[in-house]
Amino acid sequence: MRLALLIVTFLFTALPAAAQSVVADLSQSRVSITASFAGSHILVFGAVKHTEESRPKSYPVLDPIDVIVTVSGPRESVTVRKKDRRAGIWINAEAMRIDSAPTLYKIASSRPLEDILSETDDLRHSISIPLAVRSAGDAGEVENSEAFVEALIRIREDTGDYEVLPNSVRVIDQTLFRTDINLPANLVEGDYTTRIFLTRNEQVVADFTRVLYVRKVGIERWVYNLAQDQALIYGLLSLAIAIAAGWSASAAFRYMRGS
Amino acid sequence: MQIYLPIAEVSVNAFMLLGLGGMVGILSGMFGVGGGFLMTPLLMFIGIPPAVAVATEANQIVASSFSGVLAHLRKKTVDIRMGIVLQIGGLIGAGLGVVLFNFLKSLGQVDLLITLSYVFFLGIVGTLMFIESVGAIRRARNPAKAPPPKRRQRGWVQTLPFKMRFRTSGLYISVIPPVLVGVFVGILAAIMGVGGGFIMVPAMIYILGMPTKVVVGTSLFQIILVTGFTTLLHATTNHTVDMALAVLLLVGGVVGAQIGTQIGTKLKAEQLRVLLAGMVLLVCGKLASDLLLQPAELYSLGLSGGH
Repeated sequence: MRLALLIVTFLFTALPAAAQSVVADLSQSRVSITASFAGSHILVFGAVKHTEESRPKSYPVLDPIDVIVTVSGPRESVTVRKKDRRAGIWINAEAMRIDSAPTLYKIASSRPLEDILSETDDLRHSISIPLAVRSAGDAGEVENSEAFVEALIRIREDTGDYEVLPNSVRVIDQTLFRTDINLPANLVEGDYTTRIFLTRNEQVVADFTRVLYVRKVGIERWVYNLAQDQALIYGLLSLAIAIAAGWSASAAFRYMRGS
Repeated sequence: MQIYLPIAEVSVNAFMLLGLGGMVGILSGMFGVGGGFLMTPLLMFIGIPPAVAVATEANQIVASSFSGVLAHLRKKTVDIRMGIVLQIGGLIGAGLGVVLFNFLKSLGQVDLLITLSYVFFLGIVGTLMFIESVGAIRRARNPAKAPPPKRRQRGWVQTLPFKMRFRTSGLYISVIPPVLVGVFVGILAAIMGVGGGFIMVPAMIYILGMPTKVVVGTSLFQIILVTGFTTLLHATTNHTVDMALAVLLLVGGVVGAQIGTQIGTKLKAEQLRVLLAGMVLLVCGKLASDLLLQPAELYSLGLSGGH
């Protein structure tokens, strides 16, 4: 009995921290895109640090901590077009420009997002997919701008560029957490923002941001730079390759028939 | 084997691209068409951005056309003189076409106009060619039934000045019709963004009266210059030519073009024409159904700022 009391007291004093912070890291800070790049994955891991000083003495037993990890690709503006039937044929009628949509967006969480995050905090931190896509701007052009944003999300979810991964973050002893996030093979070069949120009672109590650098290397880098910086030489080189290939195939076939 | 394409920024299967290139190369060698009309939608289907698909395709066509032309040159089925005359017309037409394109763009709905004119031209050309070549095959099977067709007399063509001898084609005609054909195809090519082999080949057969065998090689000859120019233009202005993608496609393409040329020379002229007509109608039907049927996904994504 005494022992039980002691444990309870211990729990009250040790765990119930009103403020937490999070320390985390990625298994790698760079992803190198080589010619044979076929996707990659990163391990996001970290620990919850309980800061003691702001802890009220008589705090009740706390709800468990949950972890949300988001990975966001570089942002770019996207035009969403909608087809409509005019005079019997289907043509692109309305179009809406979405100012800033990430090329890739993955959300991993320790439990389903709706159970561990309030709408207010989602709005504040732009965590869920619809909030990560920003469409302020040309909304006046089309009647139903929400349908266009939904269409963008639907198309990108179908291709796997946007993904929600509930129950994929493992939290150990309310302190350690880890998750694996797969990066697809069609990764675009850029800075990928990785954010980690700690939530408790559906509220974000701490967050942490790391940037993952995705870069082309080797021959990929060389070809890309040449195409951008020495466009004329690049174009001529492409033509030279085409002519040489055409000639050698012809010569090879003639040789094969000759012998 | 996956390869990451440096400009398209996607990872694709190398063997699939080799196969695609080979398939389109065979068509190219057989019919004297570039094959961009087929390859561009296929590339977009496997996830290559449209701008990269169009530009890289032009580069690949240079290779397969060059490979095909060399094969045709050995068989002496390229009318170089005719090709150059058509080319001159084509360059004038391309210039006019760009002006026209920008005018249409200022009016809006240029995409729709392109598709409609595609359906219209392909439909007419395909149907006429199909009827004609089926008729020719019938006549060839029952020579007793119908007298052999006389060589058509083009009265108005014969009266035009600036006559020139095209020995390979066996023609002695004015240069005005070929130049006009070139101009017309050049305009279409600039507006539709294709090499124009589809329109050029039937035009050479039916308007200029060139023998079918010579037409294929000559068409390939003039396609090289058009697509070569297009490649450079895309490379310098949009930076959308993907060298890695082009190499994979053209390795398949040049081999395919050689095989296609072999198949082409074994077929009879009418058979070649009926196959080409069938293919023209197929593409026409696909475009028409895109316009008429309700698409599964009404929405599509495009990058702002890009083309």
